[in-house]
Amino acid sequence: MKIDLTLNGAPASLNAAPGLRLSEALREGLGLTGTKIGCDAGDCGACTVLLDGAPVCACLTPAARAHGRRLETVEADDATLNHLRDAFLRHGAAQCGICTPGMLMAGTALLRDNPAPSPDQARAALGGVLCRCTGYARIIAAICDAGPPPLEDAPSSGTVGSSPRRLDGAAKVAGDSFGADLWQQGGLIVRAIRSPHASARFHFGDLAGWAAKTGAQVFTAADIPGRNRFGAIPPFADQPALAETHIRQRGEAVALVAFEDDGSDPDLSGFPVIWDPLTPLTSALDAAAPDAPRLHEGRAGNLLIAGHVRRGDAAAVLAASAHVVEGTTRTGFVEHAYIEPEAGAAWMEGDCLVIRACTQAPVMDRDDTALVLGLPPGRVRIIPSAVGGGFGSKLDLSLQPLIGLVTLLTGRPSRMTYSRAESMASTTKRHPSQISGRIGCDAQGRITGMEMDGIFDTGAYASWGPTVANRVPVHASGPYCTPHYRAEARAIHTNNPTAGAFRGFGVPQAAIWQETLYDRLAEQAGLDRLEFRHLNALRDGQTTVTGQTLHSTGISQCLDALRPHWSRALAEAAAIPGRGVGIASCWYGCGNTALPNPSTIRIGLTGAGALMLHQGATDIGQGSNTVIAQIASKALGLPLSAVTLIGPDTHLTPDAGKTSASRQTFVTGRAALAAGAALRAEILRRLNMGDAARLSLDGATLVASEGRQTARLDLSTLPADARGYALSAEESYDPPTLPLDENGQGSPYALYGYGAQMVELAVDPALGTVRLLKITAAHDLGRAINPLLAQGQIEGGIAQGIGLALMEDYIPGRTENLHDYLIPTTGDIPPIESLLIEVPDPEGPFGARGLGEHVLIPTAPAILNAIRHATGAEVTTLPALPHRIRAAMQRAEK
Amino acid sequence: MTDFLRPATVEDALALMAAGGVVPLAGGTDLYPATQRRALPGLVLDVTGLPGLCGITTGPAGLRIGAATTWTALARATLPPALAALQQAAVEVGGIQIQNAGTIGGNLCNASPAADGVPPLLVLDTEVELVGHRGIRRLPLSQFLTGPRQTARQADELLTALHIPASALSGQSHFRKLGARAYLVISIAMVAVRLDLQAGRISHAALAVGACSATACRLPQVESALTGAPAAEAPALIRDADVAAALSPLDDLRATAAYRSGAAAELLRRSVATLCQPVPA
Ligand SMILES: Cc1cc2nc3c(=O)[nH]c(=O)nc-3n(C[C@H](O)[C@H](O)[C@H](O)COP(=O)(O)OP(=O)(O)OC[C@H]3O[C@@H](n4cnc5c(N)ncnc54)[C@H](O)[C@@H]3O)c2cc1C
Ligand code: FES
Ligand code: FES
Repeated sequence: MKIDLTLNGAPASLNAAPGLRLSEALREGLGLTGTKIGCDAGDCGACTVLLDGAPVCACLTPAARAHGRRLETVEADDATLNHLRDAFLRHGAAQCGICTPGMLMAGTALLRDNPAPSPDQARAALGGVLCRCTGYARIIAAICDAGPPPLEDAPSSGTVGSSPRRLDGAAKVAGDSFGADLWQQGGLIVRAIRSPHASARFHFGDLAGWAAKTGAQVFTAADIPGRNRFGAIPPFADQPALAETHIRQRGEAVALVAFEDDGSDPDLSGFPVIWDPLTPLTSALDAAAPDAPRLHEGRAGNLLIAGHVRRGDAAAVLAASAHVVEGTTRTGFVEHAYIEPEAGAAWMEGDCLVIRACTQAPVMDRDDTALVLGLPPGRVRIIPSAVGGGFGSKLDLSLQPLIGLVTLLTGRPSRMTYSRAESMASTTKRHPSQISGRIGCDAQGRITGMEMDGIFDTGAYASWGPTVANRVPVHASGPYCTPHYRAEARAIHTNNPTAGAFRGFGVPQAAIWQETLYDRLAEQAGLDRLEFRHLNALRDGQTTVTGQTLHSTGISQCLDALRPHWSRALAEAAAIPGRGVGIASCWYGCGNTALPNPSTIRIGLTGAGALMLHQGATDIGQGSNTVIAQIASKALGLPLSAVTLIGPDTHLTPDAGKTSASRQTFVTGRAALAAGAALRAEILRRLNMGDAARLSLDGATLVASEGRQTARLDLSTLPADARGYALSAEESYDPPTLPLDENGQGSPYALYGYGAQMVELAVDPALGTVRLLKITAAHDLGRAINPLLAQGQIEGGIAQGIGLALMEDYIPGRTENLHDYLIPTTGDIPPIESLLIEVPDPEGPFGARGLGEHVLIPTAPAILNAIRHATGAEVTTLPALPHRIRAAMQRAEK
Repeated sequence: MTDFLRPATVEDALALMAAGGVVPLAGGTDLYPATQRRALPGLVLDVTGLPGLCGITTGPAGLRIGAATTWTALARATLPPALAALQQAAVEVGGIQIQNAGTIGGNLCNASPAADGVPPLLVLDTEVELVGHRGIRRLPLSQFLTGPRQTARQADELLTALHIPASALSGQSHFRKLGARAYLVISIAMVAVRLDLQAGRISHAALAVGACSATACRLPQVESALTGAPAAEAPALIRDADVAAALSPLDDLRATAAYRSGAAAELLRRSVATLCQPVPA
């Protein structure tokens, strides 16, 4: 059908099946990929467009309905929209940017009706658009400050400690190019056939016949030229790109189907696969039983790995302690729920396979994809697209080997976009946990010892299970001096979804257990809950449970910063029934646990005077593109505005490692600091100028001046160096750590970050519902390279912590959509006050520590502690849904 | 490819539907999420252009709501206070995007046990108007909804309108919804209450609960307990046991059965209290 409409103010027409989703018609038919697809079900609002001025979900709108009407998308050039874009940039309202088009369109509709909305009005207007990154605060602030942009009094210098607009921000407010947004025409569309069973054997029927009938090409494990086994941690690699004979989890792919990319909508329902379902192991306790069937050869008891830390004699000390508390907490699967489902495209460039997809770990993707496809790594090039949220799950391979296989075998471009259900069923989750143990203190309230046993359901494949098992025992003490300690974390395979990396690698689950027990212990010891934590907070010169002596510890400063808020909140809560206040702390080691994880940064000046920063740290919204550039520019002494970013791209950028473990600001930041400093030293040496000289660029001329002395270097006269630059430097940094011995003793991290959060809430006693009133977050990040981005991380982490505490529960086969799997909306996040504490760490760049994961850790336990304070209810199974809170209140009343 | 029908009149629509296999499409907010395909599968008939299906009219017999009236249109209309519950429900359905497209008729025909439109319409004694090639028929809403995702609509019938009798347009109503988050949330339980107050006493009470049984339902026993009661004492007359007796909630992802019926009773008490509050002078 020919559809005539007014599109973004101009007449347009398109040919589309009338019942086609309007989102598809826009993206595929008109190439307008600014409208994003996060769910195809109305649940995320990323596809919001304005139809005759009213926001609707393009994914639920038949294309025919645009006929004769006015349609506006994020590509529009409109004053209200443009002002809002600017406000988004000023306020740091776009992190990954995948929700941004939907937010901008819903916001524009509101602002046309109501140019000066209140925050509540803004929240209601944006309630239909989900954001997983920001915690919404900055988005609401932008909506409420979206008039014509203020005249910039002094544009931010971009120096370390200032908050310039993010360097990738303009793209984000225009509708950035994510995994699904760029592909080569005339290729193939790839879809996966996935198991509906969690455990099964399978075989294929007449594949050739089905292929002939449908015109599709079919690929199975038999077509994989390399090693059909990948895994984030090489010694544990156990996951097939395509299953061979057995299914170990629901959603596992068994075959690929490739269709001509011509707009057809293939029906895969008759695909000839015959399942022979087996009884799945769905609980870690059952799976650990000696007679349980084994998921993987050589992993007895389905034990993937156990991590231990032992120091002193916890059992003996606890037996003699004045106060001891004991308890068990349980958490379920938590879905990352980034708004961008996995997507990417592949094509050949000569004999090099190029894969452009959303990822957090381009070099690991390259190496693992090359292994699966039997190629040398140099023949695979990974170009990360803009990443619409990752939070850990996009560290693992998903579609890279799948589209890689199709393109390699056919020589043709291909692309693949996971459906929401496919993304949720097949990618990793946060580990469900059951954590038990005891903590004791002496009569004065000093912690004496702790014993902890954690069982983590690691699901079907190893993924990052070993990291979780290793991180948890190292961190389960919390940031508190714990002289006697025994902690064990076991990762057990089941036929549940693969549990992998998710912001905090198991530490949030451990903190839920430890911090809720701390409240009970403080009560027994008769101490204020904040003061109890302060008394035990790790201080400089004290040793951690792994025997590492700490320097520049910021936890007591974080608690100090909360103290005035704490007294105010306690006094307020005491006056109102149902009010509660809770507190919890965190610490978190930045970088890999006692393993190398170097980053390398290259920086160069071209003969024309352009400053190029080869920045290989993928920015998944957290801000590396900006922060790494700020660090490099400061170290070099040229302004941020001079920096042009290159990459990430495995052919263009040196390896900056993965975006995980809160390591990029620290590790890649140190590499950027070194590279900037090295280039500066080289410049000063050539110009024979001293360290204090100020550098500037005047076209192709580099100018250095100090006092009355000025020297110039014409870059255009310099021969290109080995890297193709007039001048360049490349530097690496790998954090110094010491391995953990058999008792888990050593120095696993070069630095730690610290934080504490305080939650104020009200519990409805009859319904068990929670209303969050305020969260105050104090985080020691060493040095805030970019305070606005840091606050954005805090708010976003807290939002995820709220979800973990109050609503998120992934149940395979039942919550594989954003309708039944609930994440917080604009109305679920209270005001958040961030207190940035800066205790510089000598190891960090300009003193900076990591922050990305820390921010999520204290939120859930602080909420549980506030619920208990409000009602006496001890909720030990998460999420704390209203019915669980009610039940816990009834138990507490008895 | 004529898989998308847009007839100009109800007669044409019925003629097309008589052939069978036709799926009516209104806002599409239930139909699209039900498929993973890029386009709606099957033979689709767009009802939103049909005359008389959009909009609200009043007459001597009562009020008529066209089946394809959107939630936004309902929320923005000026309506008697008896319809306040429906209007309150309208702004709690999904988010604004859903309210702009989704329709009340679609909500009823989709017949989810958690459909937010149902309790407010039940307390209004609503009748649905179904039109087929055999003619027009009217059914009480409670008879139209026959089970979860089941209605009395024949495959070749259209839901054209909802009728609210003049007798049910009296009094004030209130809606309350309980979910696990603020926006875009499926109800754990929701209630609608319509009360007529005369001289400080309840002269007529209509109460309905959704998401706590196969289809939302009225609570006649609780209603009669309230009838004649002084407004100030009314909330306390809603007893958990009576509410539980009227419901048959399920344990599911969102809540346990016991929690659901207790919460429904509490929501009812609160809505009754809201309606019974003395109006500030
Ligand atoms: C993100 C999201 C959030 C939601 N939140 C809520 C919520 O909070 N509360 C709630 O109750 N619902 C909610 N829904 C469900 C849905 O939006 C509503 O049920 C809506 O009212 C359906 O109306 P529609 O016009 O879009 O229906 P459609 O999808 O067009 O149709 C629904 C069904 O009704 C049939 N139908 C529609 N009109 C007619 C007619 N005139 N005659 C005969 N058959 C007809 C269709 O064939 C189909 O079977 C939500 C949906 C989404 C996607
Ligand atoms: S893609 Fe349309 S709402 Fe999610
Ligand atoms: S910025 Fe909103 S989802 Fe990432």
